[in-house]
Amino acid sequence: MSEGTLTDSRQRLRPARALRNPIVLAGLAAVVIVVAGQIVSPGFASYGQLVSLARVASFLGIMAIGQTIVILAGGDGIDLSVGKVATLGAIIGARLMQGDNSHVLIGIAVPLLVGGLIGLANGLGITLLRIPPFVMTLGMMGVVQGIALAYTGGVAAGRSAPALTGLVNQRWLLEIPGVVYMWIVLIVVVTWSLRRTTVGWDLYAVGTNRVAARLSGRPVRRVAIGAYTASGVFAALGGLMLLGYTESVFLNLADAYTLPTVAAVIIGGTLASGGVGSYAGTAIGAFVLTALSSLLSTMNMPESWRIIIQGLVLLSLLAVYGRQRRLRA
Amino acid sequence: MSTDSVSGLLRDGSWQSRLRASLSSWVTLAILLAAVAANAWLQPTFFTAYSLTSNFATFAPLVLAAVAQSVIVIGGGLDLSIGAIAALSSVVALHVMAADDSRILLGLLAALATGAACGALNGFVVAVVRLQPLIATFATSSIFAGAALVVLPSPGGAVPAALTTAYRSRVAGIPVPMLIVAAALVFWLALERTRLLRHVRAVGGNREAAFTSLVPVARTQWAGYTLAGTLVGCAAMAILANTGAGDPFIGSNMALDSIAAVVLGGIALSGGRGSGIGAVGGALILSFVGNVISFLGVPTTWRQLVSGLVIIAALAMSVLTTTKERGR
Repeated sequence: MSEGTLTDSRQRLRPARALRNPIVLAGLAAVVIVVAGQIVSPGFASYGQLVSLARVASFLGIMAIGQTIVILAGGDGIDLSVGKVATLGAIIGARLMQGDNSHVLIGIAVPLLVGGLIGLANGLGITLLRIPPFVMTLGMMGVVQGIALAYTGGVAAGRSAPALTGLVNQRWLLEIPGVVYMWIVLIVVVTWSLRRTTVGWDLYAVGTNRVAARLSGRPVRRVAIGAYTASGVFAALGGLMLLGYTESVFLNLADAYTLPTVAAVIIGGTLASGGVGSYAGTAIGAFVLTALSSLLSTMNMPESWRIIIQGLVLLSLLAVYGRQRRLRA
Repeated sequence: MSTDSVSGLLRDGSWQSRLRASLSSWVTLAILLAAVAANAWLQPTFFTAYSLTSNFATFAPLVLAAVAQSVIVIGGGLDLSIGAIAALSSVVALHVMAADDSRILLGLLAALATGAACGALNGFVVAVVRLQPLIATFATSSIFAGAALVVLPSPGGAVPAALTTAYRSRVAGIPVPMLIVAAALVFWLALERTRLLRHVRAVGGNREAAFTSLVPVARTQWAGYTLAGTLVGCAAMAILANTGAGDPFIGSNMALDSIAAVVLGGIALSGGRGSGIGAVGGALILSFVGNVISFLGVPTTWRQLVSGLVIIAALAMSVLTTTKERGR
C-alpha cells in the first residue's frame, strides 16, 4: 500500500472501509482459524501453541520477504526459484557447519552469498537480457536444482550447528524462540525500509509505473536487480532457519515453499501487478497459511482432504478481495 | 502480389513483426533440429522403430500438455494445475477401467470428462470470479491433487493390458506415440480455423479491446480452460498407457515443464501470440535435451545442472526472438 492510500484509510476508518483492507481481512482469517482450532481441539490457541505456530510460520515468512519485494517491484515480477535457493542454502550451510559451532558464521555467510549471487543472476537476466521474470526464474529453478545435485553428489550430508538449532528450537525470553524475535525484527526493518528509505520509495515508484520512474530519474534497472538479489538472500536465510529446525538436510527440503510464498504475498494484500502492498500483510499471510495447515492436521484429517481444503480456503480468501477489475466498454 | 499491398505492408510495419515472428519459430526449429541431430549422433539406434517408439512414448504426454498450455497462454492466462489435472484424470480413468480391456473406451471418456471438469473449474475461477490465473490455478491444483489422493491413496493398480500394448504398437509402420504427436499437430491446425481460437487470441492480445469488439471474454476464457483440461485428460491416458500403473503423484513437473515448452515454442507469456505447433516443438526439445545429456555420458549428478543450463539458454534464445511489446 502506498503512502497515499495509507493516510486515506486512516482518515476513513469506518468498519465497512476497514473490512475492505486486505491486512485486516487476513488478520481476521488468522483469528478465525485460531478460534476454530481452539474449538476443534482445546489448547490450539494456548500461548505455547501460538508461539510454535509463529515459529513454523517464520520460515515461510522470511522466504516471502524476497517474494514481496520482487512482486512489489512490478514488471510481472515473481521469483519461482525461492524454494530451490532455500534448499541450496540449507544444503551448503549444513555441509559447512558439520554440526560444529566454530563454523557457524561461515556456514551462514556462504549460503547468503550464494543466494545473493543466484538472485543477482536472475536480476541481470531479467533486466539486461529482458527475459520475463517468470521464465528466467523458472529456468533458474532447474539450474539451482542442478547445482544442489552436483554439489552434494546426490547425498545430503552435514548438520546444523548447535547455535543455529538453538536459535530456532530453544525458547528464549517469554518462552519465545530466537527465530521469532528475528522475524519480528525483520518485519520492523523491512517495513521501515520500504516506507521510510529512498530504496523503499524507489521500489514502490518502479513497481507502480516503470516509465514514470525512469523519467523521474529513478534507477529502474538497479532497483529491479536489487530486488531479485534480495530475494535470493532472504530465500537462503529462510532455508538456513529451516535447517536449524530440521538439523539435517534432505535434497528437497524447502522446494515446496515457492508457491506458498506467492500465496502469502497475495493473501497479504500485495497487488500481483506491483506497486501496492506491504510486508506486514505478507507476514500475516504466512501465519494464516501455516495456521491453516496446522489446524487441518490437528483435526486428524487424511492428507488428501487436507490438501483439498487448503486449496478451497485459499480460493475463497482470494475471492474475497483478490478479484480483478470488471471489464467495461 | 501487387505493389500496393507490398508498400502497404512496408508502411504499417507488419512485415517486421512477420519477420520477427518467423525468426522465433526458426529458432525453435533450429534448436529442435540441433537436439534431434545430437540425439541421432549419440544414439546410433535412434532411428530404429524400437527407440522411436520408446522415445515418443515418453514424450507424448508432455506434448499434449504443451498444446493444452498453449491454448491458455495464448489466451493471456497460465495454468499451474495441469500436472494435478493429469494425475486426477489418470487415477479416475484407472478406476473406471478396472484393468478390464473392454472398458478402455469408457476410461478414455472418464479421463476426458475429468479433465474437462477440472478445466471448467479453472475457467470459472479465472473468468467469472476473476482471480489472478497464476495463484488461482495454484489453489485449484491443490484441490485436484487432493482429489487424486482420495481416488487412489497410493501408487498402484493395473492398466488394461490392451492399452499398454496398443500404445507401443505400430500402425502402418509408424509408432502409435508418433501418431499421437502428429494428431496433436493436426488438432492444432484445425483449432486455428475455429472461432474459439480467434477469440482466445483476441482476449490474450488485449482483453479490453476484445471486450469492446463484442468478443465474449469470460465465455472464451472459460472455454479455453475447459478445452485445455480436456487435452490434459488425453495426456493422462498417454501417461497411463506409458507407465502401465496408476500414480496419484504423477505429473508433478508437468505444469512447469509445459510452460517451459510453450516458451521454447515462441509463445509470448504476455498472451495473444504464438502457436501450438511451436509448443509441440518446445516439448520435443525439452525431451530430446534430457536424452542427449544422458547419452553424452555426463555423470549422473551433473546431468540436472547441464540440462538446467541448456534449457535456460534455450529459453533465453526463444524469448529474445519472440516479438516484444512496444514501449518497454
